[in-house]
Amino acid sequence: MKSKGLAVLKLFLPYLAIAVSLLVYFLVPGNGKQKQTDHPYYVYFLLILGVGFLVFALVGIFNSNIRKTAFEKAPFFTGVIIFLLFLNFITTKTLLLPTLYFPSLDRIIGLIVENKWFLLKNVLDSFGLLGKGFLWGVSVGFLTGLALGYSKHVGYWLTPVTKVIGPIPTTAWIPLALSTFPTTQSANVFLIAFAVWFPVTLMTSSGIQSIPNVNFEVSKTLGASTFYQIVHVAIPAAMPSIFLGIFYGTVSSFATLMAVEMNGNSSGIGWYINWQKSVMMYDGVYAGLIIIAAICSLTLTILFKVRDKVLVWQKGVIKW
Amino acid sequence: MVGEIRIENVYKSFKNSDPAKEDLVALNGFSLDIKAGSFVSLIGPSGCGKSTLLRIIGGLDKATEGKIFVDDKEIKKPGSDRGFAFQGSNLFPWLTVEKNIAFGLKARHIYKDHKKDVEEYIKLVGLTGFEKSYPHQLSGGMQQRASLARALVGHPNVLLLDEPLGALDAFTRMNLQDEILNIWKEHDMTMVMVTHDVDEAIYMSDYVVVMSARPSKVEAIMKIDLPRPRARAQDTFQEYRTKILKVLDLGGKVEDIEYYL
Repeated sequence: MKSKGLAVLKLFLPYLAIAVSLLVYFLVPGNGKQKQTDHPYYVYFLLILGVGFLVFALVGIFNSNIRKTAFEKAPFFTGVIIFLLFLNFITTKTLLLPTLYFPSLDRIIGLIVENKWFLLKNVLDSFGLLGKGFLWGVSVGFLTGLALGYSKHVGYWLTPVTKVIGPIPTTAWIPLALSTFPTTQSANVFLIAFAVWFPVTLMTSSGIQSIPNVNFEVSKTLGASTFYQIVHVAIPAAMPSIFLGIFYGTVSSFATLMAVEMNGNSSGIGWYINWQKSVMMYDGVYAGLIIIAAICSLTLTILFKVRDKVLVWQKGVIKW
Repeated sequence: MVGEIRIENVYKSFKNSDPAKEDLVALNGFSLDIKAGSFVSLIGPSGCGKSTLLRIIGGLDKATEGKIFVDDKEIKKPGSDRGFAFQGSNLFPWLTVEKNIAFGLKARHIYKDHKKDVEEYIKLVGLTGFEKSYPHQLSGGMQQRASLARALVGHPNVLLLDEPLGALDAFTRMNLQDEILNIWKEHDMTMVMVTHDVDEAIYMSDYVVVMSARPSKVEAIMKIDLPRPRARAQDTFQEYRTKILKVLDLGGKVEDIEYYL
């Protein structure tokens, strides 16, 4: 009984943290340096968190999976709220950090809320660029990797070329790409595609080369043609490795995205951060960082969901 | 009866990776006739080329010289008339049991007309209920069964077995030996098995072909004249065993070891 009571108490921890946060927000006198916002956005945010968790816990009464998650995540959730409390305390109640570079949570959250449409447009622009580059990079990388891995002749001539060109950091290509491609947009797509291409090529070809030969012998004795072997043995057997390549490629495409957007683009979330920095609006910089973190994390989550679907037969390599 | 194998003067050498050195001769003029419908084991010291011979019959390797005929057709490449069970199960880990077994039929584009066969062979090897399982969810014995079903489902006239049970524990191994024999009896096919295990060879085969060390040739062909089903614990077993070990030149070593004791 006692342990069960304690477990239920866990669910109240986030509310305790929220209560403390609100007390500090309203009762401790501010440092007077932070620009005041029209609304107490940080308070709204805390309330939304509280209501959200409440709804989650209520659904948990009927659903045992959600109940388990609620219990498991309650301490973590509390930790997040306390971390925000700490940030808010330092930035608005003390003068430990220069307020110019460390805006209050009210201002950061407020900026996201007040500029949501403009930010959304930039997010979509970034996604568009990332998506196009990603698709080009993955498809070309997959095909080159397949050719390099499967054909000894192609491998003989092109592996050294890949080894020389591939490791060059994408950003080093920026001047060349900008002068070669007709538009900045196409140059940017190329640069992102390039960042994805190399790891995908490398991991596809090494994935195919490391397939035990007996797999091909088995399929030969079962009457498979070369084409059938490529599609039904080589590709599925190399799939775990190909996915790793796509994962590395995606991560490096984020870096490239930021680099190209800060260079001559006039939209996109990377450009937005750079612009906000140049006008000394650090609330915008933080808002941009938060959005980028969300985008990148979301992209990887989707990628891993796809992997779990495609590679059900494989026991986890990377946990996400 | 189909599944007659004629091996004529097969010579096989492997190129040394150092071009200055001599080639490695694995088979030096190997000849053997295998009657349709018989069960033949190839036994011999490690590296004597028995697996190489099996791979040439399967069409996976090419003989440097000499010819092999299966039912009067010369072997040039793998074909659906010969099934091949590899060492270890070698199931495709990304396919379910069912799809592994159906792989050959699909590759040959005859799956539609033979869907029933897949079910039949799943049942035959006792994997009903595991159709949708992935290989890593099965025990070693079950994987080996699935692999046998995969090799058999295309109705080959010859089944080539390359130490198929080598990786299994003794009990699973004996079980599977019986199951392979059942399949062999019911399906009128020739089976050629490479093995290291003298008892396995005696228990399963009509003929045991004892091969000598490299470059290898037939040292003795021993007819195992025991009624089937055979009992594993019988005295005549021991006689065959002694004979085979003598041919392999391992029979006398026991005394030598005693000397050192």
